[in-house]
Amino acid sequence: MSQDAYNYLFIGLSFALYIGIAIRQRAGSTKEYYTAGGGVSPFANGMATAADWMSAATFISMAGLLATSGYDGSRLLMGWTGGFVLLTVLMVPFLRKFGKATVPDFVGDRYYSKTARLVAVVCAIFICLTYIMGQMRGVGVVFSQLFEVKIATGVWIGGAIVFFYAGLGGMKGITYTQVAQYCVMAFAYTIPAVFIAIALTDSVVPQLGFIGNYTAGETAVPFLQKLDNVNKELGFAAYTSGSLSKIDMFCITAALMCGTAGLPHVIVRFFTVKNVKAVRTSACWTLGFIAVVYLTAPTIGGFARVNLIESLHNTAHTEAPAWFKDFEKTGQMTWQDKNGDGKIQYFGPEREKIGDLNELTYGADIMVMANPHMAGLPKWAIALLMAGCIAAALSTAAGLLLVLSTAISHDLMKKVIKPNLTDREEINYARMASLGALLVAIYFGINPPAAFIAKTVAFAFGLAASSFFPTLLMGIFSRRMNKEGAIAGMAVGILFTLGYIIYFQFMGGTPDQHLLGISPEGIGFVGMLLNFGVAATVAAFTPPPPKEVTDLLDVVRYPDQTGEESVIAPH
Amino acid sequence: MSPVFLSAFQRLKLLVRALGRQLIMGKTNAARGRYWKANLKYVGGLLTIWFIVSFGCGILFRDWLDVHFPHVGSAPFGFWMAQQGSIICFVLILIAYAILMGRLDDTYNGSDEEDLS
Repeated sequence: MSQDAYNYLFIGLSFALYIGIAIRQRAGSTKEYYTAGGGVSPFANGMATAADWMSAATFISMAGLLATSGYDGSRLLMGWTGGFVLLTVLMVPFLRKFGKATVPDFVGDRYYSKTARLVAVVCAIFICLTYIMGQMRGVGVVFSQLFEVKIATGVWIGGAIVFFYAGLGGMKGITYTQVAQYCVMAFAYTIPAVFIAIALTDSVVPQLGFIGNYTAGETAVPFLQKLDNVNKELGFAAYTSGSLSKIDMFCITAALMCGTAGLPHVIVRFFTVKNVKAVRTSACWTLGFIAVVYLTAPTIGGFARVNLIESLHNTAHTEAPAWFKDFEKTGQMTWQDKNGDGKIQYFGPEREKIGDLNELTYGADIMVMANPHMAGLPKWAIALLMAGCIAAALSTAAGLLLVLSTAISHDLMKKVIKPNLTDREEINYARMASLGALLVAIYFGINPPAAFIAKTVAFAFGLAASSFFPTLLMGIFSRRMNKEGAIAGMAVGILFTLGYIIYFQFMGGTPDQHLLGISPEGIGFVGMLLNFGVAATVAAFTPPPPKEVTDLLDVVRYPDQTGEESVIAPH
Repeated sequence: MSPVFLSAFQRLKLLVRALGRQLIMGKTNAARGRYWKANLKYVGGLLTIWFIVSFGCGILFRDWLDVHFPHVGSAPFGFWMAQQGSIICFVLILIAYAILMGRLDDTYNGSDEEDLS
């Protein structure tokens, strides 16, 4: 069977599975549409949240970024997992006790104001849209590879599938579909890593191979040393040393972490389990499942780096492996024979300075997909990986679209504009909102705001960190924070961050203009500090919140009264 | 009885009731205050560890740790913490949080009922 046949078979089968589940679990009521009726077990919810959480950025882009930037890529690893700790200990149990499933809903009630709710809706829309753009790009990369078309066409195909798929089942359908997707993703990610680890390091566990010896050469050397050597030889920075400044690294990691804790689509996931105790168990499972993939990512990045250089550098183009020509065809890898010797030369900045010409260019986003080809894995493993990539992008895009459409249909239409909306009308508005959002996301998927998917997604986190994180945190932990402070804080935080990103990504700002050397990826952290500062200052000069609100806050601080009777065993 | 007398009697009854409630509530509130304090203590402790393993080991003191700490396999310590160790610690932190808070909830749910009965 050809590679294409395998790809279609695996992707077809996985799709049949998802759609089958989605149809069986079709949402009957708005409550089921938004929170799956609140009766999912912590274990299943953990898997679903993990699938929701691990987007195309994680799955496709992260390992590629690690491969090209080595230690610098740790910001994504730590940022996206560490943020989950913040989310679990600072946000979720309290929001859950407060009983508000969406962030704008919480903000609207806690800050007793329609304006606050509106500002929160606008923030949610910006965050989700930026995030979906990254996903659409990811879907595009995969479909372009699958059908051997340009990325733009791939984005359109992906968009059509996401729309059909997200509108189908609501949260209930999505939850169980995401359980299936997590399984596909975990296998698709780890199996190639295991094969490659065996080939390169003689170790079955990739994580041990990563810190073990490289055994594919003549003499065994520590793998990381091998990695540093090949990098330095070609004029790149050593894999284990970074090129980002400490302050930039710190700010980006912090923005990703705090952004995670303010991400609307993950928060809503914890309303699908029974009670606060189940929320905490579920969070453990989620991070455990996420860790499986995140601990494998650096190993894939490292292995891919070595493989790429060994199989392409100084190879005659006529003898280049078949997969290289496939990637050339779709424009994802390009080769220009600058010195006319018919061989592929791959050089980094240090070698280019002394006059060596680099002839190979490629986007880091294709690394994960090229990896099993480079390692010569069996065709089914490659097909499984494709199915995993699509699952990753689809699950996150669907979850985000759901939150985005909820923000518009529930928080905007029902709560602010038209209070007497029926359930059915509300779902219809939700579907229309998804369509609109998707079209915008497709546009930016074709014309992405940043070179890597992971970078586009990092912007979404920066926006979340600068708007929702401080507002939610102060809303929970401060009895004095009032609506004036919250609104001012959110507005200043998100406008500052958005402005900074737009200036540097779209209006030609240059890196030497960076504030304190902080790149747009990390500026969300500064936006967050601004938000805290502005909110506290404004709140100090305006009246405290009414008694009903502070009473409500006291309730959030009590133990969960439903804790005892409705615990679901996590097994 | 005259309405004035009745209302005074009722007022007295209400006052006694309110006082009683205040006593019970005071006890409950104290318990709840302790619960909240314990909660904050746990969160503070766990987040300190969280900060040390990620920002501390992985970024701020990474270079120093690379040189002065024993390597993990062939990986320098700070580098390994940034790429693998911190993630493992995060999972452990969440497990600790779930266990600690579960225990706390159990104790206070029990004592809450005692106070109110």
